[in-house]
Amino acid sequence: MRLRTAASAALILTLTACGGATSGAGETAPSAGAKGTVNLAVNPWVGYESNAAVVGYLLEKKLGYKVDKKELKEEVSWQGFETGEVDVILENWGHADLKKTYIEQKKVAVEVGKTGNKGLIGWYVPQWMADQYPDITDYKNLNKYASLFKTSESKGKGQLLDGDPSYVTNDVALVNTLKLDYTVVFSGSEAAIIKAAQQATAQKKPLLFYFYEPQWLFAKEKYARITLPPYTAGCDADPKKVACDYPIDELDKIASKKFADANSTAYQLIKNFQWTNDDQNLVSDYLTNQGMSADQAAEKWVNEHESTWKPWIPAGS
Amino acid sequence: MTATMTRPVLRAGAPRWGRVLPVLLVVAAVVGYLVFRTDAAADSEDAAAFRFFTQVRDWVDANRDTSPVFLYGVNYVRLGVRLLVDAVRSGLSGLGFAGLVAAVTALAAVLAGWRTALVALGGFLAFGFLGLWTESVDTLVLTVSAVLLAVLIGVPIGVLAARVGWVGAALRPVLDVMQIMPTFAYLAPMTLLFLIGEPAAVIATLIYAVPATIRITELGIREVPVTTVEAATALGSTGRQLLTKVRLPLARPTIVLAVNQTIMMALSMVVITALINAPGLGQNIVQALERVNVGAAFDAGLAIVVMAVVLDRITAGAARRRAGRWGRGRWAAAAAALVAVVVVALLPIGEDLPRVSFAAPVNDLTGWIELHWYDATEWLKNAVSAGLLDPLETVLTTTPWWLFVLVVAAFGALVGGWRTAGIAGLAAAGIAGLGLWQHAMQTLATVLVTIVLTMAIGVLLGIWSARHDWFAAGLRPVLDAAQTMPSFVYLLPAVALFGASRFTAVVAGFVYAFPPVVRLVDRGLRDVPATVVEAATAAGSTSWQLLWKVQLPMARGGLLLAANQGIVMVLAMVVLGGLVGAGALGYDVVAGFSQREDFGKGLAAGFAIVLLGILLDRLTQGFHHAKGPR
Amino acid sequence: MTSTITVEHLWKVFGPKPERVVGTELAALPRAELRARTGCLAAVKDVSFAVEAGEVFVVMGLSGSGKSTLVRCLTRLIEPTSGEIGIDGEPVREMNPRRLRELRRHRVAMVFQHFGLLPHRSVLDNVAYGLEIQGVGRAERHRRAGEMLALVGLDGHEQQYPEQLSGGMQQRVGLARALAIDPAVLLFDEPFSALDPLIRRDMQAEVRRLHAEVGKTLLFITHDLAEALTLGDRIAVLRDGELVQVGTPEDLVGDPADDYVADFVRDVPRSDVLTLKWIMRDPAPGETVEDQPLPAATVIRDAIPRVLGAKLPIPVVDGDRRVGVVDADQLLPALIGHHRQVPV
Repeated sequence: MRLRTAASAALILTLTACGGATSGAGETAPSAGAKGTVNLAVNPWVGYESNAAVVGYLLEKKLGYKVDKKELKEEVSWQGFETGEVDVILENWGHADLKKTYIEQKKVAVEVGKTGNKGLIGWYVPQWMADQYPDITDYKNLNKYASLFKTSESKGKGQLLDGDPSYVTNDVALVNTLKLDYTVVFSGSEAAIIKAAQQATAQKKPLLFYFYEPQWLFAKEKYARITLPPYTAGCDADPKKVACDYPIDELDKIASKKFADANSTAYQLIKNFQWTNDDQNLVSDYLTNQGMSADQAAEKWVNEHESTWKPWIPAGS
Repeated sequence: MTATMTRPVLRAGAPRWGRVLPVLLVVAAVVGYLVFRTDAAADSEDAAAFRFFTQVRDWVDANRDTSPVFLYGVNYVRLGVRLLVDAVRSGLSGLGFAGLVAAVTALAAVLAGWRTALVALGGFLAFGFLGLWTESVDTLVLTVSAVLLAVLIGVPIGVLAARVGWVGAALRPVLDVMQIMPTFAYLAPMTLLFLIGEPAAVIATLIYAVPATIRITELGIREVPVTTVEAATALGSTGRQLLTKVRLPLARPTIVLAVNQTIMMALSMVVITALINAPGLGQNIVQALERVNVGAAFDAGLAIVVMAVVLDRITAGAARRRAGRWGRGRWAAAAAALVAVVVVALLPIGEDLPRVSFAAPVNDLTGWIELHWYDATEWLKNAVSAGLLDPLETVLTTTPWWLFVLVVAAFGALVGGWRTAGIAGLAAAGIAGLGLWQHAMQTLATVLVTIVLTMAIGVLLGIWSARHDWFAAGLRPVLDAAQTMPSFVYLLPAVALFGASRFTAVVAGFVYAFPPVVRLVDRGLRDVPATVVEAATAAGSTSWQLLWKVQLPMARGGLLLAANQGIVMVLAMVVLGGLVGAGALGYDVVAGFSQREDFGKGLAAGFAIVLLGILLDRLTQGFHHAKGPR
Repeated sequence: MTSTITVEHLWKVFGPKPERVVGTELAALPRAELRARTGCLAAVKDVSFAVEAGEVFVVMGLSGSGKSTLVRCLTRLIEPTSGEIGIDGEPVREMNPRRLRELRRHRVAMVFQHFGLLPHRSVLDNVAYGLEIQGVGRAERHRRAGEMLALVGLDGHEQQYPEQLSGGMQQRVGLARALAIDPAVLLFDEPFSALDPLIRRDMQAEVRRLHAEVGKTLLFITHDLAEALTLGDRIAVLRDGELVQVGTPEDLVGDPADDYVADFVRDVPRSDVLTLKWIMRDPAPGETVEDQPLPAATVIRDAIPRVLGAKLPIPVVDGDRRVGVVDADQLLPALIGHHRQVPV
């Protein structure tokens, strides 16, 4: 710590000499070569936490790094590349606009390849509804059933329950452009959606909600996806006028440029990290339903899946 | 409601007009509404204000590392704060677990006595037992950094404001606005200028807390007895001697009180800055909120309350004790304490204490309540939503903005004069100009419903508490804890019980705002002079007559102050409710810093919230200045 | 020889644009009317007087009479509106801030009604304050302060704090603080009105003793006539900011300038204040008198035993010159007639 303060003080002098401080001045430089701290952004859904749990566990236990996990929303995590507070995003959902800003324009971040997970966002109803109203899964029929989904928050229309306001979503635009008689209500978190979904299944209450894969809940309970107008390349270019379904996202990893350039073993591990939706769902299930901490869940998974993670460990470490 | 509330405004001499005007106003407003009501078209997603703010953001983004404003100004501020935070952190964590516990205990003993030292010892050990040591230290680091800055900046400004008339006059409105600004609204502009992380968090906290430092310091300097200053002047003191030898030493206890208040405010803000990547207990709470894990939030909330209590006791104790009264004994004790701290710091004691967590029982309890009270909570939510929120929201959102501005201005003129009318009217017009009319009116509806419920229940509890000492005694710790808990924490139980809804925000707002209401009502009633009560009792009043005809009218000042304070707090909380489905302006703010394309709208929403705060504050304050017996 | 303090045509007007009042027809208006017309309050109106070296000069008036304002104008704690003030012949109103500070630091000290002690300093450091701000070294100022505390009878209390002392003791500290800078002039602004009557009497005795010992020029403000009569060599009566009468205690009691002053002194026991010169009569032609005369300056009360014991009138002398005679007939009205003008 003291060393860091001294370094910063030296920095201030250099800066004064050559004039002006850049926005990231004074922040810790990412660990180059030496086994320092890796700053992992943790976005607010359990699938991401699973990635972070396993990667963090391997970094600490197998490579000897210190891992600092930061609970951040997606957009804020990207800002972290600029300040140096974030080294890695472990599960990125598209975000073409952010990539353009931070990778192409500011050049503070780089892509580090796919995670292997296939991300699919969509609208869902509990299975019992699909059974009872077979045509409900077509968006064109949603208006017919709008009154079923009325709640105190839906202003007399049907309610479409969304998650955290920071999630990737076109739902407000979709409801408008598809002229659906619905109001989007943001529950604030993944946990709130899951709770509502479980309740809807258990108590047979109507619920239309935003959800996504990978997601452990699909392994436990059945939900039916609503078909929206099919996705075509570029149909979501203007986020305010979207009228098509969500694409299948190949989720990927993003690292800060400095971290990538240092090419430490930590970076290499993150670059090598790749697994399936089932892998992630398993860890998510440990985290959510078995009451395990991130480390416990990661340890259990690591012990049982050596063949999966062994190739991630960089050669010679 | 309007008619009864405005009645006491009348000046003697124009009683008839005074009675008729409010009625006319209400009638005119109703007629105006019926004639001009709109269809509540949704706000545009692309208002001029949003575009402007987005352009500002884009400019800042593009020039952050090139524009001299940033290279030589903003970025240096950030760097400086970063250095400060690092220095404080090396200081505090350099002591280690045992060292820091010992240091805080010793500090408490020296500054505030051994009882406080025991509280400090127990409190800081509790962080270890709760397994939240690192997080607690992080929160402490940010709080201490922000408070250091607030004192460094606020005390000189406070002195200046007290001594130089125009500085004080110029600062007053600025501080007013800073104090009614809901915490949440700061965050987006902060990240725009200072990005995310600890420096931005410390600066946001500084902005939130520094008005208290300035205000109380100013008060302390102003309260220095004129006679003492005169005596020192008569002996030939220079201006500087007066300041350093008379004014500052005499104002010292008040300035320490200012530090105390600053710490309390800083602590509550630091928690919220977790949203812009500040480390510490706030992260645990954000995390708990995201997982709807009431138990985890309970542990973290408990740690925050404990920290607040310890810091409060130490500073309050220091304020009570006189400096300059340090006999040799105290110095010796201080030296001994220092040695003890050094020794303890060198001992290899880690923070790995046996874990105590309340998470499981709290979650069990919450689960049980969710399961068994579901019908009742659901009924309550739907009743309030359909019976109060929806009708009010409909009326407000279908009112054309110009009619609202007119009504607000007229009402302002009635309760507080032309100035109030002007400010409130401009604020209302400003909201319309920002292009967030519908959302602002939805937020306003929720705020109004919450404040009515809060006042109703708060006044009842206050009356009960003023009339029954046992009840007051039982209520006190509840109120204390409720007031030190960061606002954030209240969202959790509310969201667990009521799901993602406006009613959740109503409940959280109520829990946040009712303690001061109860306190002010209780004190207002108890402050009614015993002789008056005695006289009324001697005249044969029943206890209800006493309450309605004597005590409540006499405690009106306290009630109006309670309404004023309550409404600002409720607004802050309702906005936070945007995090959990309450929608409207709060949601816009959250979306603003979580979705890139919504930035402009989010920032506009932040300003709209501030304007709404000014509007509500002016109207209720107009009230209380116009007639409150103070 | 010049007087120690001279005040000439001093005005202090509070309110908006106060300078327009002085020297215009507004100046002649009564207070209430002036206030109604201009919003200004004339606290001190055209006051002139002089205080001689070593004299105890008392300014007496009811609350609101402007006496506290007047005393503050002397060292410009309140800036006068117009008029001249001289201290040792030096015009105070022309002093620059530095010179004014020198005046306050070395030549004129003040004792206040509410003491004005610094609660965060020990008694010793309070007394040493004036020396400290002059830059006197710590040892020296503590030595001087200790001496002053001994002088006012507070030795042993050096390390205590003001709030630990009684009101009377606190005012002794205030007195010691004023004495510590060894000023030529001491100003007292109602120093004893906040004290209990018994303690007040002690403190008055203290002031008389100190005056005798250190021989300063004292200007003393009070609303208490008894205090004024006890202490004052001369008394100035102030009413609504105007000087009504300046004179010795005898002058005031024996020869009040107007009904206001007369009403004021009505309850004063004449025999305690007046001297024989106020009651003596011319001897009747060929009247036989006692051999032993009494000086004209003898207070009536002191003359009672002799006058009542004498068979013949007693001659009254001023020096060697016989100025009149006095017998029981003159004495009695002065003793009983509190409510009537004493015949001259």
